[in-house]
Amino acid sequence: MSGPGIAAVAAQVAVVTAGAPLLAGLMRQVRARLEGRAGAGIAQPWRDLRKLLRKEPITPVGTGPAFRAAPALLVATTAVTAALVPFLSTDTPVGRNADVILVVALLALGTVALALAGLDSGTAFGGMGASREMTIAALVEPTILLAVFALSIPARSTNLPAIVAGAVEQPARLASPAGLLATAALAVAVLAETGRLPVDNPATHLELTMVHEAMVLEYAGPDLALVELGAQMRLTVLLGLLTSVFAPWGIATGPSWAALAVALAVFVAKTALLGAALAAGEVFWAKLRLFRVPELLAGSFLLALLAVTASYFLSGE
Amino acid sequence: MNPVGSALGAAAGLAGCGALAGLLPRHRARTVLAGVCTAGTGAAGAAAGIAACAGDRWSLVLPGVLPLSGLHLAVDGLSGPFLTTAGIVIAAVALYGTGYVRPAGTGESARGVQTVLPLFALTLLLVPAAASVSAFLMLWELMALASLVLVLAGHRERSAVREAGVWYAVMTHLGLVLLLAGLARFAAGAGGQTFTDLRAGAAGLPGGVRSAVFVLTTVAFASKAGAVPLHVWLPRAHPEAPSHVSALMSAAMVHLGLYGIVRVGFDLLGGGPRWWWLALMGAGGLSAVYGMLQAAMASDLKRLLACSTSENTGLMLIGVGAAGLFADAHHEELAALALAAALLHMVNHSAFKALLFCAAGSVLRATGLRDLDRMGGLRARMPLTAGLFAVGALGAVALPPGNGFVSEWLLLQSLIHGLAVPGEVTSIVLPLAFAVIALSAGLAAAVFVKALGVGFFARPRSDRAAGAEESPPAMLAGMVLLAVCCAALALVPGLLGPALDRAVAVAGFRHGASLSGTGIQAQLDGVSARLSPLWVVAALTAATAAAAGLPRLVRRRPRRTRARLWDCGGGAPTPRMAYTATSFAEPLQRVFDDVVAPEQDVDVTPVRESAYLVERVRYRQRVPDRLEHRLYRPVLAGLSHVGAAARRLANGSAHLYVGYGFCGLVTVLLALAVGW
Repeated sequence: MSGPGIAAVAAQVAVVTAGAPLLAGLMRQVRARLEGRAGAGIAQPWRDLRKLLRKEPITPVGTGPAFRAAPALLVATTAVTAALVPFLSTDTPVGRNADVILVVALLALGTVALALAGLDSGTAFGGMGASREMTIAALVEPTILLAVFALSIPARSTNLPAIVAGAVEQPARLASPAGLLATAALAVAVLAETGRLPVDNPATHLELTMVHEAMVLEYAGPDLALVELGAQMRLTVLLGLLTSVFAPWGIATGPSWAALAVALAVFVAKTALLGAALAAGEVFWAKLRLFRVPELLAGSFLLALLAVTASYFLSGE
Repeated sequence: MNPVGSALGAAAGLAGCGALAGLLPRHRARTVLAGVCTAGTGAAGAAAGIAACAGDRWSLVLPGVLPLSGLHLAVDGLSGPFLTTAGIVIAAVALYGTGYVRPAGTGESARGVQTVLPLFALTLLLVPAAASVSAFLMLWELMALASLVLVLAGHRERSAVREAGVWYAVMTHLGLVLLLAGLARFAAGAGGQTFTDLRAGAAGLPGGVRSAVFVLTTVAFASKAGAVPLHVWLPRAHPEAPSHVSALMSAAMVHLGLYGIVRVGFDLLGGGPRWWWLALMGAGGLSAVYGMLQAAMASDLKRLLACSTSENTGLMLIGVGAAGLFADAHHEELAALALAAALLHMVNHSAFKALLFCAAGSVLRATGLRDLDRMGGLRARMPLTAGLFAVGALGAVALPPGNGFVSEWLLLQSLIHGLAVPGEVTSIVLPLAFAVIALSAGLAAAVFVKALGVGFFARPRSDRAAGAEESPPAMLAGMVLLAVCCAALALVPGLLGPALDRAVAVAGFRHGASLSGTGIQAQLDGVSARLSPLWVVAALTAATAAAAGLPRLVRRRPRRTRARLWDCGGGAPTPRMAYTATSFAEPLQRVFDDVVAPEQDVDVTPVRESAYLVERVRYRQRVPDRLEHRLYRPVLAGLSHVGAAARRLANGSAHLYVGYGFCGLVTVLLALAVGW
């Protein structure tokens, strides 16, 4: 167990937790500028969180333990995921257990916890959000797992550090048809999983079009702060996962402090760039009707299936 | 004396006492005595199973019991896991049953049920111990008959029970006919009817006969296991049986179908060509997705659980099929991994499905409701039951830290590593199987969020749900036992490693899968994957505690105040505004519209004076089982048509009947004379 390895895990959790609101702020700012608005500044989500955390905790009458536990569980699952995914280093003490199926399942656990909380509130909007969220989640799960399957074929393992380390050593894997198809499939799945356009609109003010926001309507104060932080962390983790898997350059592969520092800077830059690009893209997209979303996900699923068969036939000889 | 033999002997004795105790006249004493004896039967069976898992072998021949053949019993490594899980489930369910029965002594607690239940438990334990065709068929049929009697327990109160009983009786006996034909042909070809003879003679059979035996027996076993499209009896019979019987059927009897496939396909026939296993994987994939879709549409809690049984059977069949596929390609390590994953999933499914059915039974007892749409708010009225249901649901959704996740992870690992097997077939079938498992896991998450969130959370949507009370201690104790099993399987699945290795070795694969004490690990020639459930749980607990403490860092006084629900300023909503199971499933139903084909009617009644003013709008929706409509209804209609046509032959004239007899006799004599 090496010093830099432990530091890498701690740094991953810290940078995801502290950086997630900043990433959300950056994306909102990019969007605002492109739409011709001044924007509230990158640190606005942080200020919002601080404000919410200072407020009085509220328990709506008629809600139960599931409603109270869900925000903390959402943040916890995302934090554990942040520790597992090799954002900064592939040589960490938790690396051997960093299985990609486990990562996907942990994120799904957060979704399930929040959906149960939405139902627990007993309001029509809570139920509506939970129902839509679980419908989308049920369709995202096969897509994301199949993309994962495609990724694991060249490395012959579902261990994330092994996948990333393999890609660092052989960059040609990333440019292969299988790699590109898997990237596209995973990118669509990430959009759906994080509730971004065109699947869900995070900035909507119309209840009937809400998915994620409808589930969390009853939250206020510190609970709302945790829900918001959890959602921002999920976005960061999934964008970070995309960059780690498909642009793994800069990630430390050995126990070295210097490499770790470089990896930290590169990770922040990569994720910020990807987030800014996503925000810029969202300006030009409209939200899909809820019942058109399955078509999008089916397309993504097909890409992932093609990626799997392509990687088999192209590496089969 | 051998521990397996003495434990099974004790189980048989206790089951006999239980059956006698069930005949006692006094209701209270009868319930308690029969329950204790049945629990003892289960415990003894579990002890036998654990001894078998630890490596003990046992066999017994009782020449005088069955005419002509004698009764052959044997317990080996493959029987072990099935005996153990059945035994533990029986013990927990019997404990639960002592509290479940109603004081009136009717329906579920009638004398007949209490007499038959111990015998049913005993047959569940003896089927995996049968070691000859005659013994297996006899025990299999006894098990079917006993469960049929138990399913029919409530036939006086509800007509649906009678219908379910007819479906079950017909399906199980058609299965028996196929099983009889397949095993009889096998025994005739192998020159002996004990399993030892069959094993020795299997290699000498021609390929066509082997395939015929496999297909006939597998269809029969798959029907018992609830695989689509032979599942139609399952979502009828399991919900209509008393809940503790449903638990036994879903968590123990259904798995004996899997046992039969593994025993005949791998152990007795010694594996076979690729198409056997591809067909099995196809049936498994169909069951997994179709079963879960039906569960997603169901609003009857017990029907939902029964459909999810079909899904889990499908996952196990995919594992068994993959094992056969890998074995056919001479990748024994992979085959061992896939089979171990299927068996581990069987064990996990037993634990969580028994728990879920028991919890559903508690709700049924407390409210008289099975309809999720009319439940709600039960977590405040039955907090322990709700918590136990949540434990079971966590296992069923295949998410960490539940126990179902561990076995599905192992199954997915076997499929990923299976790509090492060369050939176009594997490169297409395995990704599809992977996607099917992932889709059914995603749907399972939606299904169990619905069951838990709509059934137990929010506020009661009917007076009966509002008046629910917590179950008596005996029922809770039974469920706690099952919940402890779920937790143990989720945290230290590695403890099952040696038992699974032995079971897989009986199926003919020498390289065991690697499950060790703290976690599970798939280690195959240079490829490895690891999962440590204990660490995952520890990390999640620590992170949740840290996240919950976060607001306290900023604000010193975290006293929570209560406030009215906001609901977008709409004011406190009434329970009628909450989402029901039907509305929760509506988006999924629309997405899979082409598959589930729901039937919807809207009746608009206008006011008499004007066609434009509406007095009442009535909306009805049914989601029928489409396979049943397409596959079974035409056959049933054809049969009744033939029956109606045949009535013309019997017009009541005695002369005609004598004529029929004469013609029949002449035909037989002619056939004999010609020498055919």
